[in-house]
Amino acid sequence: MELVLDIKDLVVHYETEDADVAAVNGISLAIGKKRTLGLVGETGAGKTTTALSIMNLVPDPPGVIKNGSITLAGNDVLAMNDEQLEAMRGNDVAMIFQDPMTALNPVMTVGEQIAESLELHQNMTPEEALEKAKEMLKLVGIAETRAYDYPHQFSGGMKQRVVIAIALACSPKLLIADEPTTALDVTIQAQVLELMKDLINNRDMAMLLITHSLGVVAEVCDDMAVMYAGRIVEKGTVDDVFNNMRHPYTEGLFNSLPNLKEQGEMLEPIKGLMPDPADLPPGCAFAPRCPYATEACTAAVPELESVDGSATHFVACQAYSRPGFALRRNKDGK
Amino acid sequence: MANNPLLVIENLTKYFNTAAGQLHAVDGVSFTLEEGKTLGIVGESGCGKSTTGRCILKLIEPTSGKIIFQGNDITKLSRREMRPLRQKMQMVFQDPFSSLDPRQTVMQLISEPIIEHNLIKGKEAIEARTLELMRTVGLAERYVNVYPHELDGGRRQRIGIARALAMNPKIIVCDEPVSALDVSIQAQILNLLKQLQKDLGLTYIFITHDLSVVKYFSDDIAVMYMGTMVEKAPASVLFKNPLHPYTKALLSAIPLPIVGKDKPKRQVIKGEITAPINLPDACRFMKRCDCPVAGVCDKGNPVLRELEPNHFVACSCLK
Amino acid sequence: MSQEIWHRLIKNKGAVIGMTFLALLVIAAVVSPFIFDYEKDVINQNLAIKLQAPSAQHWFGTDEYGRDLFARVMYGSRYSIAISVGSVGFGLIVGTILGSIAGFYGGYWDSIIMRGVDIFYSIPNILKAVVIVSMLGTSTFNLIIALAVSCATNYARIVRASVMTIRDLEYVESSYAMGLPTWKIILKHILPNCLSPIIVQTTLLIGTTIIAASSLSFLGIGVPAPAPEWGALLSGGRSYIRIASHICIIPGLAIMFTVLALNLLGDGLRDALDPKLKK
Repeated sequence: MELVLDIKDLVVHYETEDADVAAVNGISLAIGKKRTLGLVGETGAGKTTTALSIMNLVPDPPGVIKNGSITLAGNDVLAMNDEQLEAMRGNDVAMIFQDPMTALNPVMTVGEQIAESLELHQNMTPEEALEKAKEMLKLVGIAETRAYDYPHQFSGGMKQRVVIAIALACSPKLLIADEPTTALDVTIQAQVLELMKDLINNRDMAMLLITHSLGVVAEVCDDMAVMYAGRIVEKGTVDDVFNNMRHPYTEGLFNSLPNLKEQGEMLEPIKGLMPDPADLPPGCAFAPRCPYATEACTAAVPELESVDGSATHFVACQAYSRPGFALRRNKDGK
Repeated sequence: MANNPLLVIENLTKYFNTAAGQLHAVDGVSFTLEEGKTLGIVGESGCGKSTTGRCILKLIEPTSGKIIFQGNDITKLSRREMRPLRQKMQMVFQDPFSSLDPRQTVMQLISEPIIEHNLIKGKEAIEARTLELMRTVGLAERYVNVYPHELDGGRRQRIGIARALAMNPKIIVCDEPVSALDVSIQAQILNLLKQLQKDLGLTYIFITHDLSVVKYFSDDIAVMYMGTMVEKAPASVLFKNPLHPYTKALLSAIPLPIVGKDKPKRQVIKGEITAPINLPDACRFMKRCDCPVAGVCDKGNPVLRELEPNHFVACSCLK
Repeated sequence: MSQEIWHRLIKNKGAVIGMTFLALLVIAAVVSPFIFDYEKDVINQNLAIKLQAPSAQHWFGTDEYGRDLFARVMYGSRYSIAISVGSVGFGLIVGTILGSIAGFYGGYWDSIIMRGVDIFYSIPNILKAVVIVSMLGTSTFNLIIALAVSCATNYARIVRASVMTIRDLEYVESSYAMGLPTWKIILKHILPNCLSPIIVQTTLLIGTTIIAASSLSFLGIGVPAPAPEWGALLSGGRSYIRIASHICIIPGLAIMFTVLALNLLGDGLRDALDPKLKK
């Protein structure tokens, strides 16, 4: 399979005077053409830092990419100079942010905003770019005539469609979407997800979807990776992870969701809190919150290992070296 | 008990005057709530659910309608007259970051309502009560002198809950209490609220946009759309047998964390939510509805009717 | 919390320099009556030694009437501090009350108060003070009143803007839901959270007020002669600037360093109180 994005052993720290915050601690990810990878985790898991690293946009200082390589469409991102980076951003890779309200410039019409990157990256004349911008609007389900309207004349869902149109205008090879529907209402969220799914399928593109919602992952993604404290604890196809989950943290996330429960039952939240990334516990970072943890878990950081020899499904949990270990959920199910 | 509800809301209405015209934020909402029960109010942004909650607590003056709490009409009470009643009616806010005064310590935050209402006298007794409240909501004693900015969202929300509990309220309006929190923390807070209801016999009005949360939590669920209540039913009934087309669409729009053959087919509704300004005399959902009937839906905004026992729907097309 | 702010403040070099200078100034103001006899050392004329350059006997030299300039500048700090602290304090109280009412209640209260403030604001400070002092008569107290008007309009604007943002935060609503009366919410929950801009404004205003008071003395409507207010010293020396420039330069430097010290402290305080700079 041809890889659009290949991240190997990425380590990113934020170094300030009083702390060394280990945001990303050696993750490896790959996304193939026409695939969508969901990166799941809670606040502070390092999802957004990973995404910013791909565009080499980690704020420096205090952010430092300490190790690893990022290959985007065959080019090494971390070795690029400023000029090459500018050419790459918006052209090879585009990003959609969480809040469509602040992502658009309020004093430019949406047509101009879509046309802007086309003029910059594709050397189009303003007229050509505006024509293309109208085409893009039509693609995301907005009437062409609205190209002359300003962002405040659009609703939240419509604005996010405009943001998507801007991101897709230069036909990037990779689209990074950071919580693209979190700020939207449920019925609007459904519309936008549907749209994104269609666009990815019809174009030669890959997507990295960052979200905390397992529902959104199930809806849109082919593959997924679960992040905890800057590490990937489990990755595989969505079928692998949803129907055959292996990591205790993944299980905890699913147990925390109210909508699978019958009414009246208590939820089973993960106890405790996310560790401070400036002061990670030794060994497996999830061990202090893990119901299955033993002393062995604090000895060393577990590596991602294949689940039953699967080529797609990997888990980083020391407990599987114990004979007969299985998550409670998997035991009950069988 | 059924004859003596804790809270009765009759035809509650709140209009705001805006530059574009009169905004019908809440338009004729009625319900009754018995002690110890939970009513979930669900809807998307701008449907009037938060305004409804704030009108009930009289944080916003309703335009018309009646609020009857424990048999007394409180609609016309002034701010000053409301003050003693505040003990019994409390609120938990959405944003744990802006709902706490950044210059107060946890002790000051939780003891403030106790001191303000003179519930307990004596410094030591107040401190003891504060620590008891902290234990009740699961806050470790060592946080007693820290400021909110030093705590995470979940712990801040626990402070908010402790403040509400400090006055032994009868009813708590929870306005999106978990939507700003991470999934695993959400579950902790939801469990806490549920446990408190069991232990203290609280009555909740639970306002949220997240249907999965209310399903877990509520006895009755009311769905709001553009200021009006379009469906109200016991939670189990509403999820099994939604009748209003908007409720159906809302239920179907939730992205379910299921992969594989069990995954239900999704039905996405078209259109956008518009602000309820300058409304025509027609069903407010008509433009987005997939089965509007000409001559029925465009003649008057439908009222809530009891189509099945305890199952109220506002749709002219349903018989 | 206040310890934390102090900690950040003393990390700031400029703020420490400013604070040190101001501390010395306050000490000078407090001890000068014990060192100098007002009648004998400060206002007693001795034309025999007029316009002498700085020397071991007269550290800052002498003025046009032979008075010791060191004694006069030291003693003058009492007037400058009294006038600036007095008028800024007076303005702070009035401006904060007006600003909180306008910001909290909004509507016509806001319109009435703020339009009034705008009218005062649009008149240049010196002109405003000249008019007020000439109406009330020349005295130190009237000078304080005149300068306080300008301070009050400044505070009213700043407080109103801060109150308006804080008024809409959820913790204010939460206080209502808790049953707190309105005045208590303003005093306990809103004003303390406007403190940072108020403190910063105060250090800046004290500086401008010293200059304004000096300008008024320079114009001859400030503190009546022969009191050694700094501006009065400066204005008295202007005719001798060619033959004895120290009479102008030394009071000028005193004003300049005080204002500079206040600005340094103001900048330091602003940074120390900024919650974004907290860990």
